Amino acid sequence: MRYAVQAEGLVKHYGETRALDGVDLVVPEGRLLGVLGPNGAGKTTAVRILATLLRPDAGHATVGGFDVTKEAHKVRSLIGLTGQYAAVDETLTGVENLVMIGRLLGLTRAQSKGRAGELLSRFDLSDAGGRAAKTYSGGMRRRLDLAASLVGRPQVLFLDEPTTGLDPRSRTDLWDVVRGLMADGVTVLLTTQYLQEADELADDIVVFDHGRVIASGTSDELKATTGAQVLQVRPVNGGHLDIVADVMADIIGDRPDLTGGQATVNVKDLTVVPAIVRRLDDLGVVAAELSLRKSSLDEVFLALTGHRAEDEPAVEAVKEEVPA
Amino acid sequence: MTTLTGAAPAAVIPGRIGPATALRHTMTLAWRSLVQIKHNPMELLDLSVQPIMFLLLFTYVFGGAISGSTSEYLQFSLPGLVVQNMLFATLTTAIGLSTDITKGVFDRLRSLPIARSAPLAGRIVADTLKQVWAFALFVGLGAVLGFRIHTGVAGVVGALALLLGFALAMSWLSVLIGLTASEPEKVQIIAFSVMMPLTFTSNAFVPTKTLPEWLQRWVEVNPVTHLADAVRGLLSGGPVASHATISLIWAVAIALVFAPLSLRAFRSRG
Repeated sequence: MRYAVQAEGLVKHYGETRALDGVDLVVPEGRLLGVLGPNGAGKTTAVRILATLLRPDAGHATVGGFDVTKEAHKVRSLIGLTGQYAAVDETLTGVENLVMIGRLLGLTRAQSKGRAGELLSRFDLSDAGGRAAKTYSGGMRRRLDLAASLVGRPQVLFLDEPTTGLDPRSRTDLWDVVRGLMADGVTVLLTTQYLQEADELADDIVVFDHGRVIASGTSDELKATTGAQVLQVRPVNGGHLDIVADVMADIIGDRPDLTGGQATVNVKDLTVVPAIVRRLDDLGVVAAELSLRKSSLDEVFLALTGHRAEDEPAVEAVKEEVPA
Repeated sequence: MTTLTGAAPAAVIPGRIGPATALRHTMTLAWRSLVQIKHNPMELLDLSVQPIMFLLLFTYVFGGAISGSTSEYLQFSLPGLVVQNMLFATLTTAIGLSTDITKGVFDRLRSLPIARSAPLAGRIVADTLKQVWAFALFVGLGAVLGFRIHTGVAGVVGALALLLGFALAMSWLSVLIGLTASEPEKVQIIAFSVMMPLTFTSNAFVPTKTLPEWLQRWVEVNPVTHLADAVRGLLSGGPVASHATISLIWAVAIALVFAPLSLRAFRSRG
C-alpha cells in the first residue's frame, strides 16, 4: 500500500512540555485518518509539522513522498490546510479570499475567478461571495476556509478540528463535504475531539494522549480492544434496580453503573448473560429492556486514557454562530 | 457537480521559486492589503484622520505660542509632523502582521507553495504606498493652509525618498514587533509608548534651544531631529546633506540591528 503521509518518531518540545513525544502514523493514499484526542494531546502540533509550518525536534515525516523539512516547498504544492481557527481574511470578500489564493498559486485572474465561483457554489456561498468575510457566520467562515484550502486541488488535505465550535447542522454539512472529497480520491488527515466524528468519517483512527499514540486501528478494532461488550438491563419496576445490581455483582464480580434507571456493566464472558436472565426470572424481576452491545468509542477512550474525551462545547457553538 | 480536487497537479513540481515569481506573490499580497480600501473607503480616512487632525491642531493651537504666528509655525512644524506620521505609520505593518498571525491567515499563507518572503514583503509594499498617500496629503493640505515649498519638485521627491528609505528600515522593527506581540492591541500600546517620546524629544515641533540642556543633548542625536531638519531643507530650503546623511546612517543601523532579529523571529515560527 502507498502512503500519502508517513511520520516516524516525531518529537516536539515547548520548553518543558513535550507536545509530541515520538509519534508514528501513516495515511494510505485515498483514505481518511482520524486523529482523535483531547485538547492538548498534540494533534495540532502534529498537523503543523506535517503541513511544513513547524520543524520537529526529532523524527521525520513525508507527504506525497517528499520530506516535510527538506522538501517543504514540494510538500506545500500537494497539500491543503484548514486550521481550527478559520484562516480567512475577514476584510476581504469571499470571492477575493479565493482569488488571492488562486493568484498566489499561479492561476490567471480569469482562472482564479472561475475557480472561486466553482468553490463558492459548491459550498453554498455564492450569494455571500461579494460580502466581506467578517459578516459571515461561524459555519460560513469554516466553509470558506475549507474552500480556500481546495483552490489548489490538493492531493492531501489536513483538517485540524474542522467542526470545533460548529452547531450540529453545520457539522453534518461539513461531514458531507468531507465525504465528497473522499469520493474524489483525496487523502485526508482529520483531527477531532469528537468520537462520533471519527466514527462517522474515518477509515482508520489513531488516538493521541499526552503527545503519544496510545491506540490505532479501525473504529471496530478499537471498540474491540477493551475486549468487552456492554450489558444494560432496565427493570420494569424501578425499585428492582438494586436487586438487578446485586445479581450482576454476584455473577460478574463488578458492580454496575446505575445511572438513568438502568444497570450498565461491561461483560467479557458472554455466558454470564443467560445466567443473569435466569436468576432475575427466579427472583420475579421483569426486564423492560435488556441489551448487549459493543462499547462506544467514548467508552474505549475512557478505557484507554482513564479520562473522558472533551464534552461538546455547546456554549461556544452558539457564540460562534453569531456573525461578528 | 464540479470536481473539487483530484486533477493531478503539474507533473513537475518546481523545487524553488525564481525572483520574478516571488515578485508576483509579493504584488498579489500587496493587492490584498490595498483592495480593502476599494470597498471600504473609511480605511483611507483612517489613514488620513491623524495627519489632518495633527496638522490643524498643531498649527492653530501651538502655532501662536511657539512661533508667534500660525503661518510661521506651519512652515517649521509640517516637516516634523510628516516625520512623526511616517514613524507611526510604519507600525501598520506590525498591526497587520499580528492580525494575520492571530487570525491564522499567516499560517495559511505559509502553507502555500509561495516565496517565503512574500507575506512580509507584500505588506511592506502596501504600507509604503500608504506612506506615499499620507505624504501627499500633508503636502497638499499644508499648501492649502499656507505651507510654501521653496525648493521644487526635486526637493519634494528627495524628501519623500528619504522618508520612505527610513520607513523601510523601521519596518524591520515593525516586523519584529508584529511577529512577537501576542495580539494586535499590544502593538498599539508599544507604538504609543515608544513613538510618542521618540518623536516629541526632537526638534520636530519645537526649536532645540527652548529645551533644557540635558534634553538638548539627546535631541541632537535623535534621528527624528535629523530627519525633520533634512525634510525642512528639502522642502523649504536650507542645509540638507549632513542631516540626510545622519538620518541614513541611523536607517542603516536600525536595519542592521532589527533585520537579523526579525528574520530569526520569522524563521523560528517555522
